[in-house]
Amino acid sequence: MLWRALLGRTGISLVTLWVVSVLIFIGTNLLPGDIAQIILGQMATPENTAVLRAKLGLDKPVVEQYLVWLQNVMMGDLGISKAGLGAGLGTPIVEMLGPRVYNTARLTILVSVIAIPLALFLGLMAAMHPGTKLDRTITFTTLNLISVPDFLVATTLVLIFAVSLGWLPSIVYLRGNESGWLLIKTLAMPILTLVILVSSQIIRMTRATVLNVMSSPYIEMAILKGVPRKKIILRHALFNAIGPIVNVIALNLAWLVGGVVIVEQIFSYPGLAKLMIEAVLLRDMPLVQACAMIFCATYIVLIFIADMATILSNPRLRHPK
Amino acid sequence: MSDTSQNTNPVTQFDELPDAPPKRKIKLSLPGKIGIGVVIFWAIIVIIGPTISPYHEADILDEELFIVPGSDEMYPDTDFQPPSKIVWLGSDYLGRDTLSRILFGARTTIGISLIATLLAYLIGVTLGIAAAVGSRFMDMALSRVNDALLAIPSIMFALVVIAALNSPTIPWLILITGIIYACSVFRIARSLGQEVMVSDFVEAARVRGEGLWWIITREILPNIAMPLATDFGLRFVWIILFISSLSFLGLGVQPPASDWGSMVKENLPGLVYGSFAPLIPALAIATLTISINMIVDDISAHSGGKLAKRMIS
Repeated sequence: MLWRALLGRTGISLVTLWVVSVLIFIGTNLLPGDIAQIILGQMATPENTAVLRAKLGLDKPVVEQYLVWLQNVMMGDLGISKAGLGAGLGTPIVEMLGPRVYNTARLTILVSVIAIPLALFLGLMAAMHPGTKLDRTITFTTLNLISVPDFLVATTLVLIFAVSLGWLPSIVYLRGNESGWLLIKTLAMPILTLVILVSSQIIRMTRATVLNVMSSPYIEMAILKGVPRKKIILRHALFNAIGPIVNVIALNLAWLVGGVVIVEQIFSYPGLAKLMIEAVLLRDMPLVQACAMIFCATYIVLIFIADMATILSNPRLRHPK
Repeated sequence: MSDTSQNTNPVTQFDELPDAPPKRKIKLSLPGKIGIGVVIFWAIIVIIGPTISPYHEADILDEELFIVPGSDEMYPDTDFQPPSKIVWLGSDYLGRDTLSRILFGARTTIGISLIATLLAYLIGVTLGIAAAVGSRFMDMALSRVNDALLAIPSIMFALVVIAALNSPTIPWLILITGIIYACSVFRIARSLGQEVMVSDFVEAARVRGEGLWWIITREILPNIAMPLATDFGLRFVWIILFISSLSFLGLGVQPPASDWGSMVKENLPGLVYGSFAPLIPALAIATLTISINMIVDDISAHSGGKLAKRMIS
């Protein structure tokens, strides 16, 4: 039964990924604007454009273009970036992605390692003492933090730690060989920003999830038979909330995908999201497609994990009638 | 959600019955009241902002204005100036008045976000109700397409489309945002609509021989209006944040139009000199979004209140 659910979800995820690839391809190819013309810019003579179109395979039917692109992507060939195209051959995208993916992965993993335990702790604290000063402070602060733009949090932190106190650099300048203290100092600002943003989401949802479980009949039963509050939360509520909480964490890590775009841009962090923004500004379509595919695939994997957590944690979903 | 309160005439006579539903009065907490005040304030600014602003949004102020009386300095700096009598909130990276740009920008930022939210609702609610009342096939088709669209992070979706367009214009921005957010509105409208469709009073209406249009306009829409209104507030906040983020990345509203998100971006270099120019528009966005969230929070807190929640505290 469990395997069937797992297989089903995997199937749905794969189909979604395929649909997303179609959407990304349509999005980048069928909208107004001829890519060859955009690439050539002012040098676009009719002959030039025709040659480039043939070179990029743009003269073939759209379906064929898509199939060729999909096949290449599956083989690990993400195409050639526009960067350096004027000088002859462009740079293969796979080469450009390597260090960027490493940087973004490093950032997000560090953020998750810090944010998740912190957020779970605070969220549970708030849920254990609802209505108290502590709970009200936590809910009020996190509500404010999730309502403000990401860049407000980032700019405020820069103003405090980089400009006023001068402790940390306001821009991430990675040479790639930093280690120890210097690396921590360089990464501190983006990590701090993302931790604040992600954990306030997780805190709120953890609190809401646990409180939601708290209003179910069996908890009411436990209250009425006189079980102490702490015991109810730790023994009854928490176990039933684990599934939803894992769900919350996975969804928020997926949300990191969007948050990372802003944060990498503010701190000039050389990650994947910044590469994508640069590609968008340069209209470098193959690169945009590649980055978008990576982000969407990550997102879909995380949603898949969230789904699986929901199924695994709920016996009724685990053994459907 | 009581369905008796929908028919306007009989309400008064039902109110006197012993089992009449309690009147829903929303008592706002202090943050909620402040929130309403701030939202009204920005609404007024949207209307009269450009009229009361001291300068035009694109005006680069004259150096003469900044000359301190009595000093012999001929060419003072005009960019990133601290707040003074000439520029109440300081000047930006080109020496323009931040206050004027905030006042003009309110119209751009709030206007675009509001139109995009309305568009998202128009598309989302129409299709959502169509899926709820329509055939199974229609529901399946709409839901699958919607799931696929939801599987793309919204910022990625926007980036891909903006990359394909040569330069993002405001109508395109509204359209993209509207479509992206219509997906989540669709989900909510569909599930709310389905809930109402299986209720007894819809069945009664059907037996009575009412047409589909009558059921949609008289039974479904009034019953899903309240939850959707709460959702509208949250969605509006997300759209403001989304559009500001795009502008911040340089892919939203294009200069010289002033927009709060792009104002943060263009003044970001001033941060190093300790200028507040990038912080002020960010704070303007924050006051608006926090206020709306406070109001929504107040309203939704009222529809809760289970026994355990009260007893455990």
